[in-house]
Amino acid sequence: MSERRLMEGSEALAEACIAAGCRFFAGYPMTPFTELLEHMARRLPDEGGVCVNAESEIEAVGMAWGALATGVRAATGSTGQGLSLMQESLAEITLARLPLVVFNMARGGSDYFQATRGGGHGDYRHIVLAPMDINEGVALTQLAFHLADKWRNPVLVYGDYLLSHTYEAVDVSPLDFGDDLPAKDWAVDGRRDPRAKLVTMLGFSKHGEESPGMAQGMERHFQAAVEHTAAMERGEPARVDVGFCDDADIVVVAFGTLAKFVRYVVRQLRADGHRVGYVRPITLWPFPSEALAAATKGARTVAVLENSGGQMIDDVRLAVLGRAPVEFIGGISTDSSGFGVGDLLDTEVVRARIEAVLASVVASEGAPA
Amino acid sequence: MTDHPGTHLVAPLKPELFLTTEHHLCPGCGEPVATRIVTEVLCELAQQRSAVCVLGIGCYTAFARMLDIDTVQALHGRAPSVATGVKRMLPDVSVFTLQGDGDMVNEGLQEVLHTAARGENVTAILLNNGVFGETGGHMTATSVIGQRTKTSLDGRDAEYHGHPIRIADLVARLDGAGYVARGSVHSAGAVAKTKKMIRAAFECQVERRGFSLVEVLTMCPTGWFVPTADGPDYMEQTLGQIHVMGELKVARAGR
Repeated sequence: MSERRLMEGSEALAEACIAAGCRFFAGYPMTPFTELLEHMARRLPDEGGVCVNAESEIEAVGMAWGALATGVRAATGSTGQGLSLMQESLAEITLARLPLVVFNMARGGSDYFQATRGGGHGDYRHIVLAPMDINEGVALTQLAFHLADKWRNPVLVYGDYLLSHTYEAVDVSPLDFGDDLPAKDWAVDGRRDPRAKLVTMLGFSKHGEESPGMAQGMERHFQAAVEHTAAMERGEPARVDVGFCDDADIVVVAFGTLAKFVRYVVRQLRADGHRVGYVRPITLWPFPSEALAAATKGARTVAVLENSGGQMIDDVRLAVLGRAPVEFIGGISTDSSGFGVGDLLDTEVVRARIEAVLASVVASEGAPA
Repeated sequence: MTDHPGTHLVAPLKPELFLTTEHHLCPGCGEPVATRIVTEVLCELAQQRSAVCVLGIGCYTAFARMLDIDTVQALHGRAPSVATGVKRMLPDVSVFTLQGDGDMVNEGLQEVLHTAARGENVTAILLNNGVFGETGGHMTATSVIGQRTKTSLDGRDAEYHGHPIRIADLVARLDGAGYVARGSVHSAGAVAKTKKMIRAAFECQVERRGFSLVEVLTMCPTGWFVPTADGPDYMEQTLGQIHVMGELKVARAGR
């Protein structure tokens, strides 16, 4: 489709998957991921694809693993809770170098560590894309499939209840990221043409010159995975949205849907003459450390607003490296069910928290730097 | 070797779908025999260039390197789901899993039951030796009452350790299962019978009659702590008495 249409976020992300060529999806219903699964179940058969309502999250990611091994674009997802169940597979599928796209339609914002630290065992990372709204979600979902194929590495799209359940007018036309993707000559098709293939996370091959000594092979394999992660971190630009930071006394850092509230409030505060800026990491991994360091160079305080107990703040501190105080102004915020939107997703609340930081900075003005 | 007095070849040294004639599994192990007859069936059904193997984790994982068949390595217990994804994307290819009892009946029981119930047109081959061979002889969900393992030192006691699961019997009750049988490789006759079962299972898949399972009882003298040559008799007298051989379900076309 190429016309703008009012769509629920879940439907828009499903359409973005299909626009990106995703032809296999498996998932287990769980709020607020459920509607993404529903839309994929409705849409994929028309596109010649398959959507399986898996009997568990563990089976869902296993099915996606099999589909990916045949070379098709495939995805799964859940909430952070469901992704906890998948973590063994999410860790090992990375070692198998399969280009999985995985959605976390999170309950709240407390899955930052799970998303960016790997989440399972071993040395690996997933590229993590955190859209602030549905329009950006449509673009980043399509980018996710591209990056997964480009790096042969899982890519996680970090959404939430708000992204899943609100509506925006969106145009889900296929995006062109260039056609320089590596051929999937590793994918199985059963034909042994020219010879049999092996898709494995265990680091050996059917025809390689690798020594049969498993321990030696595994050590090399694990080292190669570390080098692959480093290459990804060097080679894939960290995406970031920076605004009003040039002369900012206070820089507010936020990601995902909450960051759109921050951007709105910072614009308001600027209009009122306050020297406030914002930094919005779009890739949570690789984290935009350099951009954040540059944007906070003149800041007197860096304020971190997260819908969690404070997780991304660790990466902010590592980027700022003590050049300015880093203050947490977020907190847990959901409705009583734990799934939905709490008080923090309110521009008045966000404004009050940023104004409190402004007040403390103004109060200390004149004091020796 | 082959011109040694009293020996003769009963089959080619290198089966068509193996890349090597060597393996480093233990002497007396039944898994290479069972896997060999799977490859023979694929050749007989002319599926050599239309097959994908999904391997579980166990001693037989070593076959990933040896099989001249497209292979996807699954995590422990997860092969049926991985096979589901492969088959849904390659519906005309023969997709089969190779799993041990620890893999299928312990870690992955839910997977095999759901995949069977869904009626996925895949074939699961269970190599059941009633023990975790790779870890060095520990009790599995199919270890029989009285069986001595490193975690049932005085023999499996029903009251203390629980009862063995007869997985093929369980799967046969599911509507999505088209063919279910239990064979073994402890004698030449048993190998011949089991090969027919495996053939019937792949025919079930080709004819899209639903999920097929062949449970193959295999010898593990190392994990049973018996002399190598005693493996076949031990198998028949212990596992073979509880996991009874035979066809358990043969669904006709148009189920």
